[in-house]
Amino acid sequence: MRRTKVALRVVVAGFALALSFPFYWMALTSFKRTSDLYDLKNNPLVFNEPPTLEHWRFLFAETLYPRWLANTLLVGVAVVAITLVLSVPAAYGLARLTGRWGERAGIAMFLMYLVPPTLLFIPMSRVVAVLQLQDSLWSLILVYPTFTVPFATWLLMGFFKSIPKDLEEAAMIDGLSRFAAFAKVVVPVSFSGLVTVSIFAFTLVLQEFVYALTFLSSVSKQTVGVGVPIFLIRGDVFYWGELMAACLVACVPVAIVYNLFLDRLIQGFTVGAVK
Amino acid sequence: MKRWLGPALVAPAFAYIALLVGLPVVLSLYLSVSDARVGSDTTSFVGLANFSAAVRTPSFRAALAHSFLFTVVSQALVIVGATLLALSLKEAFRGRGLVRFLVLLPWVAPISLGAIGWKWLLDSLYSVVNWVLVAAGVVSAANPPMWLGEPRLAMLSVVLVHTWRTLPFATVILLAGLTSIPRDIPEAAAVDGSGFWRTHLSITLPMIRPIALVALLFGVVFTFTDMTAVYILTRGGPADATQVLPSLAFFTGILGGDLSAGAAISLFLFPLLLLGAVVLLRIAHRSEVT
Repeated sequence: MRRTKVALRVVVAGFALALSFPFYWMALTSFKRTSDLYDLKNNPLVFNEPPTLEHWRFLFAETLYPRWLANTLLVGVAVVAITLVLSVPAAYGLARLTGRWGERAGIAMFLMYLVPPTLLFIPMSRVVAVLQLQDSLWSLILVYPTFTVPFATWLLMGFFKSIPKDLEEAAMIDGLSRFAAFAKVVVPVSFSGLVTVSIFAFTLVLQEFVYALTFLSSVSKQTVGVGVPIFLIRGDVFYWGELMAACLVACVPVAIVYNLFLDRLIQGFTVGAVK
Repeated sequence: MKRWLGPALVAPAFAYIALLVGLPVVLSLYLSVSDARVGSDTTSFVGLANFSAAVRTPSFRAALAHSFLFTVVSQALVIVGATLLALSLKEAFRGRGLVRFLVLLPWVAPISLGAIGWKWLLDSLYSVVNWVLVAAGVVSAANPPMWLGEPRLAMLSVVLVHTWRTLPFATVILLAGLTSIPRDIPEAAAVDGSGFWRTHLSITLPMIRPIALVALLFGVVFTFTDMTAVYILTRGGPADATQVLPSLAFFTGILGGDLSAGAAISLFLFPLLLLGAVVLLRIAHRSEVT
């Protein structure tokens, strides 16, 4: 039994190291002097020269990176708003009001989440062209809800189902309409569910690559996910210090928030498969 | 209760999806049987010519084979690795929160950014992976592996990067399944003298089979239809060695402007998606019955 325990610790340590090493490497690279980075005689795993903030300064002062962050934030907030407006009522309707038919419709909605951008990007690029939204962030704001709405509706449906029906029924006996009972009683109770869904819808936006690569062409219109790997390159040269700093800024804060809400996500995601 | 309220609440979301998913799907079918190209206004019906033309090209055949290889190998690695990791993370220990944070990083980070990180890790000249391998005496400093430049190694790199990226998600799903098993079941087995492997292989792992199937299904669908790791790391090269169906569709339909051929290639993803949907429905149905 002891031997198994030690073996399990070794497995955990090995995986944690292998999975997180690239992020350690990003951090190290972003603070190293250029002369340190490109000297083949150096041990690359440590600082051979004093660390520097030069790459970070350059990234924020002399590239379009701040603009891309702002673009991503704008798209993210708009998409989260559309997602909530569409999926909160839909999830409530599916959870409470439509019975067996609701169950089927809920599953159909969930299956839409499986439809990948790579199946739709070509026809979608025609739709975007017809609407004259090429190279505009509005194209992403229009298209991203196609995957955030199914995802959010499914999660919220689980949250609403876990709220006892008596709660609204009591409010309705007190004279509130069904809609008022929903707005005044159910929504406040499921606030943490709404926050969870907003956060995950936002991370889906942040992670999207294919549509943004397809629809946007100007350097100033990019989101972080496409701008950094495609446009943060001058000529043929990769500026690894800046690139790695840019990756860290986009990854680490989200990872922290994501961790805080992870348990609720899993709960919602595995409804049906875990009993 | 008013009968119209339910449908009225549900309608806007379904209408949005019907318009922006349903319509493009129809448009995709239409494009795939036409000869539409970017910039030409007239299109005509060509039947299944795009599909048969696609199947005849060597690029397509290579991409199809690579897609299966990419999916099967990476998801096999993921399911084995994630099971092992989930079993190891099940019991509480000091620092478990930190470990979970570190383990989740690859999944949370936007994949395009994780992939560009790997492009630097596997750089032809400054690869830290090679530096470690040279230091450990595994490869010679004079002739280090060109991870992204040699066909076989490039495929291996793309597979491993994708495994790295999807393993955390499968792990957390499996972990949720494991923690939902009542503690007394494995404990009773241990009391009866069953060792660690015996307990898990014959008791806990079969119990989490439905949820493991969900994790695997998502992994397979997500992998088969993803092009990001390939696009960032190799652009499908060297010479189509890592080209997969989605990236081929992108290069043909978007960069090449041949909409109809691109749409036809994309539609080859559809049978697998359908299969995924059917399996998922069966799981949902079974849990509804029990």
